[in-house]
Amino acid sequence: MRALLAVGAFIFCSCTLAQSAALNVAVAANFAAAMQEIGAAFESETGHRAVLAFGSTGKFYAQIKNGAPFQILLAADSQTPLRLEREGLAVVGTRFTYATGRLVLWSKREGFVDGQGEVLRSDNFRHIAIADPKLAPYGAATIEALSHLGLLARLTPKFVQGENVSQTYQFVATENAALGFIALSQVYSQGKIARGSAWVVPSELYRAIHQDAVVLAKGRDNPVALEFARFLRSDTARRIIQAYGYEG
Amino acid sequence: MLSEAAWQAVWLTIELASLTTILLLLLATPLAWWLGHTRSPLRAAVGALVALPLVLPPTVLGFYLLLAMGPQGPLGQLTQAMGFGTLSFTFSGLLIGSIIYSLPFAVQPLQHAFEAIGTRPMEVAATLRARPLDAFLTVALPLAAPGFITAAILTFAHTVGEFGVVLMIGGNIPGETQVVSTQIYGYVEAMEYAEAHWLAGSMLLFSFAVLLVLGLMNSRNSRLLP
Repeated sequence: MRALLAVGAFIFCSCTLAQSAALNVAVAANFAAAMQEIGAAFESETGHRAVLAFGSTGKFYAQIKNGAPFQILLAADSQTPLRLEREGLAVVGTRFTYATGRLVLWSKREGFVDGQGEVLRSDNFRHIAIADPKLAPYGAATIEALSHLGLLARLTPKFVQGENVSQTYQFVATENAALGFIALSQVYSQGKIARGSAWVVPSELYRAIHQDAVVLAKGRDNPVALEFARFLRSDTARRIIQAYGYEG
Repeated sequence: MLSEAAWQAVWLTIELASLTTILLLLLATPLAWWLGHTRSPLRAAVGALVALPLVLPPTVLGFYLLLAMGPQGPLGQLTQAMGFGTLSFTFSGLLIGSIIYSLPFAVQPLQHAFEAIGTRPMEVAATLRARPLDAFLTVALPLAAPGFITAAILTFAHTVGEFGVVLMIGGNIPGETQVVSTQIYGYVEAMEYAEAHWLAGSMLLFSFAVLLVLGLMNSRNSRLLP
């Protein structure tokens, strides 16, 4: 009997706990590392816990449209938050750019990618990994940059596509593809490229990758959601975002 | 209706599933026979290994295949030494992945069929002076026919439905590694729901038809089995 009571009390407690921490945030996969740090900072500063779900923006869109319990979306693009707002699924006037992504050509091998990206004109590789341009903004930016460089037709037969930028990174990190275009944030830490060799693609070669956040309809009456959106724009959050290689 | 890219994915899927089925039945027959008749202490371990793809999440299997097929992985080192380069992002790589992924779906029905036959018909054949291979081909194989049909249909259908492994080692190359399941996923992710519906709906009908045929055949064949 006592054991049963204890179990009952435990279930009750965990339910109330879950209620007080009812902030569910959907986060684009490329922002995962930075977000974990921001989430921890938010918790220590405000005492509120943000429950983070990482995934692709397209999947989150489908889930939100079908009633997923997210209160905030940190998308990998600017179109999806706009679309949600137009469809009445997001709160008007809460959209803002929380990070601007940068594209990088990266290889796990030291010295393989040179500082000017000349390696793209060589025949030293069989596969080059990109993110699916239809699904991922970093993929679309890659196509844009390569067509500016006049290399698109030449490199297309060598493309292998990850469904998002995390999978693209995986192809390159396991060396199944010798090099690939990924997000700078994936290989950047403490102010420099952490490993391998890289060429940060000049920003004039592609349209800026604005990653927008928006408060969703389910977060309309939730003060913690609005507080979180504010926190995302604070100096603390901006410092973290910049340390991961985004333009904050 | 279906776009050209979708049709290409459909044909590639059929090609992959057919080749997987043929190769896997050839591989699985001796393995299932051994599992069905051996008294070796290794039997349980080999059986568990064969069943592993039933339990493992396909993405786990796919991730290990990606590591193994890479230039630093054991499989990658082997294929490079043989002059084939690496297998990731190729149709051959997908074929190997599919064979591993569908292994239990071929081995287990065959093993059950062989076990149901027992040793008696083979012993009778031996007393009639049939050599073991002859007895296997003319006695055991025809008796195990329902098992072969089940194994073939399950392997084919399971390969058509394969997703996680393809996603991890495929690289989504049209005409090479872009199959129906990854194509549907791409459409859904890109919010092109109309295209996704056509392809997904066809897949649903196909899967139902396969299972229906299998069910009808099983109820007919159960009368043939001892």
